[in-house]
Amino acid sequence: MEKIATREAYGKYLVELGKKNPKIVVFDGDLSGATKTSYFRAEFPDRHFNAGIAEADLMGMAAGISTTGLIPFASTFAIFGAGRAFEIIRNSICYSNLNVNICCTHAGLSVGEDGGSHQSIEDIALMRVLPNMHVFVPADAVETRKMIDAALNIDGPCYIRLCRLATNVVLPEDYEFVPGKAVELKKGSDVTIMAIGLMVERALEAAETLEKEGISARVLNMGSIKPIDKAAIEAAAKETGAIVTAEEHSVIGGLAGAVCETLAETTACPVEKVGVNDVFGQSGKALEVLEHYGLTAEHIAEAAKKAISRK
Amino acid sequence: MEDLKAIAKEIRRDIVKSIGKAASGHPGGSLSAVEILTLLYYEKMNVDPKNPKMEDRDRFVLSKGHAAPALYATLASKGYFPKEELDHLRQVGAMLQGHPSMHTPGVDMATGSLGQGFSTAVGMALGAKHQGAKWHTYVLLGDGEIEEGIVWEAAMAASNYGLSNLTAFVDNNNLQIDGAVSDVMNPYPIDEKFKAFGWNVIDVADGNDFDQLRAALTLAEACTDKPSVLVCKTVKGKGVSFMENEVGWHGKGPNPEQVEQALKDLA
Repeated sequence: MEKIATREAYGKYLVELGKKNPKIVVFDGDLSGATKTSYFRAEFPDRHFNAGIAEADLMGMAAGISTTGLIPFASTFAIFGAGRAFEIIRNSICYSNLNVNICCTHAGLSVGEDGGSHQSIEDIALMRVLPNMHVFVPADAVETRKMIDAALNIDGPCYIRLCRLATNVVLPEDYEFVPGKAVELKKGSDVTIMAIGLMVERALEAAETLEKEGISARVLNMGSIKPIDKAAIEAAAKETGAIVTAEEHSVIGGLAGAVCETLAETTACPVEKVGVNDVFGQSGKALEVLEHYGLTAEHIAEAAKKAISRK
Repeated sequence: MEDLKAIAKEIRRDIVKSIGKAASGHPGGSLSAVEILTLLYYEKMNVDPKNPKMEDRDRFVLSKGHAAPALYATLASKGYFPKEELDHLRQVGAMLQGHPSMHTPGVDMATGSLGQGFSTAVGMALGAKHQGAKWHTYVLLGDGEIEEGIVWEAAMAASNYGLSNLTAFVDNNNLQIDGAVSDVMNPYPIDEKFKAFGWNVIDVADGNDFDQLRAALTLAEACTDKPSVLVCKTVKGKGVSFMENEVGWHGKGPNPEQVEQALKDLA
């Protein structure tokens, strides 16, 4: 099976969308080759604006242009977009509920060799706390395209979190993405694994392993982080009685945070969190870094057993 | 001409009254910018208060968002919303926020976090140029505000994209919260900095003088390949004797006696 990075899927899909909708414009910050907006630039050079190495101004210009009838996609690395330009996203985009699609690449540890300075493990938390913001994390190339379609249908700010690492396609082409809806990828009754991004594939692997040991694990793709599917979380707690969250992000403030906030309002349920445990990442081959920090199917399976033991 | 002066005086009175009622706000930097706003809204900009979202309107961004009372008084004067709203500035449930938000008719961009409005104005001008639209974008910055890094990112972008459809004003009243701008973080020479960033720069010796502002805008309009900036020497607290050039009046509301005195000055 051919692997494809979500950033690659984004870049290619932007070109398709650009052909259909002349109002789509793209802002990048001197990273077009890496974010893959370079494909759009090659096709529509006059609709691709380079902000240079100036992420604050990148977001500010995208905010401004969105009030002129154009539909901006703003791309850079997650660490610089959600991180460095956070307050511009807050005050100039979200506060006014402007229609800006922020598609940040190189999120998470799977950046690999560039190391801790470039591995954004807090962008979901930063974007999730902003009123009006929508936060989507695609599991693969298929979901990337569906989430971009969804973002285009939303008249307001969206943050789509993309990755550098080429990964397997885990969802069928007819997969449907609906903002605010979790998608059940596998039925199960003993524990629910809730995953996002490249951890979805690992969650499915973990569920298979658990099945062989007689443990029935439900797998939910929680790609819509905000709005989040509270009903699916509550049902998982009630029906399976144990939850594992799995994300390529800090265990603080991301998927785990969103799930636990929901549970605190509804149903008591043990939750085991697979993610980055409040530390910075480091350089290495992407898969080795992920393994080093325990972002593996094996680790998810262990976490599932631990969650079950706490019932 | 006399007409504009009378309008400016009324706007100043409304600024003082609204900040006085709120017992909070930024009178100094609101009063210094009145002539710039009056000239734009009464003479220069193609706008329709009855249709604030008119597609081909000229845009105005108050990047120094703390001067909101000046913008609000100008918009109310133009009829964008009833003047009574000015009595409820900064109150819970009221429309007029401490800094401009998009909930107010006539506000083209929410501002207040310094520097960002300038960047968004560059985005607007870029959008207009890209679509071949004829409308113009005006943006007003404070002299303290230009200490923000995003201002120079945006300045670089505006000249990079040749945005001659963008005109900036720097309200150079020489004071920021902690003191004189040259003491806090010296931004001078402001004109040379913008020149170095590729802008058409026009120094305005008295930014509280309509004739000088008008002449400078004519020079700006003659430039068709660069964005223009008018560096306007102004007086902070202009028109109110005890506020003029007083740093203490950057961000506090006058008490009722002070309001009364100020209105006498502005009679």
